[in-house]
Amino acid sequence: MGMDRGDGRNPNQMRPLACSRNLLHRAHGSARWSQGNTIVLAGVYGPKAGTRKGENPELASIEVIWKPKTGQIGKQEKEYEIILRRTLRSICLLTVHPNTTTSVILQVVGDDGALLPCAINASCAALVDAGIPLKHLAVAICCGLTEQGSLILDPTKIEEQKLQAIANLVFPNPPTSVIPKGSSTSAEEPFEHGIITSVTHGAMPVDDYFNCLERGRAACSKISEFFRKSLQSDLPDNASKAS
Amino acid sequence: MAANSSLEIDGDMEVDAFRRLFPLRYYEHYLGQSVRPDARPLAHARETTISLGPVTSVDGSALVKIGETTMLAAIKLEVMTPAADLPDKGCLAVDFYMPPVCTPNVRPGRPAEAAPVISKQLSDVILSSGMINFEELSLISGKAAWMVYLDIYCLNADGSLFDAALLSAVAAFSHLKVPLVSVNDNGRVTTVTGELLESKSELELVNKERRKLSFKSLPFSLTCLLHDKYILADPTAEEEDIMDTLVTVVVDSLGRLVSLYKAGGVVLANTSTVKDCIALAKRRAAELHNILVESISEMEVD
Repeated sequence: MGMDRGDGRNPNQMRPLACSRNLLHRAHGSARWSQGNTIVLAGVYGPKAGTRKGENPELASIEVIWKPKTGQIGKQEKEYEIILRRTLRSICLLTVHPNTTTSVILQVVGDDGALLPCAINASCAALVDAGIPLKHLAVAICCGLTEQGSLILDPTKIEEQKLQAIANLVFPNPPTSVIPKGSSTSAEEPFEHGIITSVTHGAMPVDDYFNCLERGRAACSKISEFFRKSLQSDLPDNASKAS
Repeated sequence: MAANSSLEIDGDMEVDAFRRLFPLRYYEHYLGQSVRPDARPLAHARETTISLGPVTSVDGSALVKIGETTMLAAIKLEVMTPAADLPDKGCLAVDFYMPPVCTPNVRPGRPAEAAPVISKQLSDVILSSGMINFEELSLISGKAAWMVYLDIYCLNADGSLFDAALLSAVAAFSHLKVPLVSVNDNGRVTTVTGELLESKSELELVNKERRKLSFKSLPFSLTCLLHDKYILADPTAEEEDIMDTLVTVVVDSLGRLVSLYKAGGVVLANTSTVKDCIALAKRRAAELHNILVESISEMEVD
């Protein structure tokens, strides 16, 4: 059956990706990530001294502030903040700067579907721009299951409203020169196949979820290629901004 | 931490002190034998009890205990005008409260950061699973429909808050009886209580009897903790503090995956781990369904 997506893409095709870094001069790191009309601007400030009360002082802590494009801050924004905070915590090397706080501020510039994955990609790029030590990159993708049971990647807002279910997935992307040997996962599954984060909306059959995982992994390897290319294209002697 | 690895387990150190100082190593001793310190196997959930109708002033309520975690859910229905673009549908508002009584980490000036997240997750899951048929909540098309206010109070937070909250919401909906309504002279739809029924004989009742809602499928959830290659089902608050990777799987009675929620965490979930978690969740859903059906039949006998 021909999948007729509004903008003429085929089911496995993502919208054009664009990433620009070092936009905000006062922030230690910043990035603007866009997938079609979904655009998120991320700024990173840190590491700053001191952690919040109740946080472990032997580790660095990450603070996330999410600013929506319009409207007041509500439960949706708080949920995004918590998801992002826990995702970013798992990719940062927290023991390098103990007892510090790194703030990640996200501003939604445009929302046309797949907002959470776009924000995760933007904050990862901003962390790289700020020079925060990371274990590996986090690459995010949004998969949708249509009413007819087929999978599409990177849905727009109009497509999202008609979908039966949506899965936002985040996979790790370690640099190819450093593959952990003898990782605790089974020998057949490489490191990149583990899920860092998965947030789903809508009910779907279990098999379709595993199909989403497979498609998501394949797409994430393409996104991470784009990511690393855009990181390398910068001049090597960027002046250090972290004070 | 170099200092810890050189320490040997000294027979003189008290077990309690060791548990507080090196919690992860304490747990790992037990995990190797596939049990937890309280002898609960890794794949087993804690004892669950459901009590229906503890609150009489509302239309539906339930008190759920999973181990020590206690949740009280209450549902109130109110007549409202439906939205113009959805004239035949009712509406649902979910609120999850964590009052200071439930945990020492919450204080009046310091609300729990988990509360709005669980509240949003609950409303997402209830809407995603299609449990409630919103057309059933409509009274007069375009003029009156039911607004469902679901409030869940956490009375004791001892881990797996989302599981207990979802179970209490499902139990409260199972207990819910839709109140009677009538249309008065001004055309307004109002609820009718028992006494008015006898006095006014010309009341035009919109619905004839207090009915229960019908459900397409009931969602049940299981939270698992991932640590190394172990999967701990239904963690307590102590376990959640020590190990940080949580996966919440929600399955419904039709066997569909309603939600798989994993937010970060040190351990990455590969396909076999995900399969195991989903299998555990399905087993737990069958268990919970039986417990719920038993409590409903016990209540109807009374």
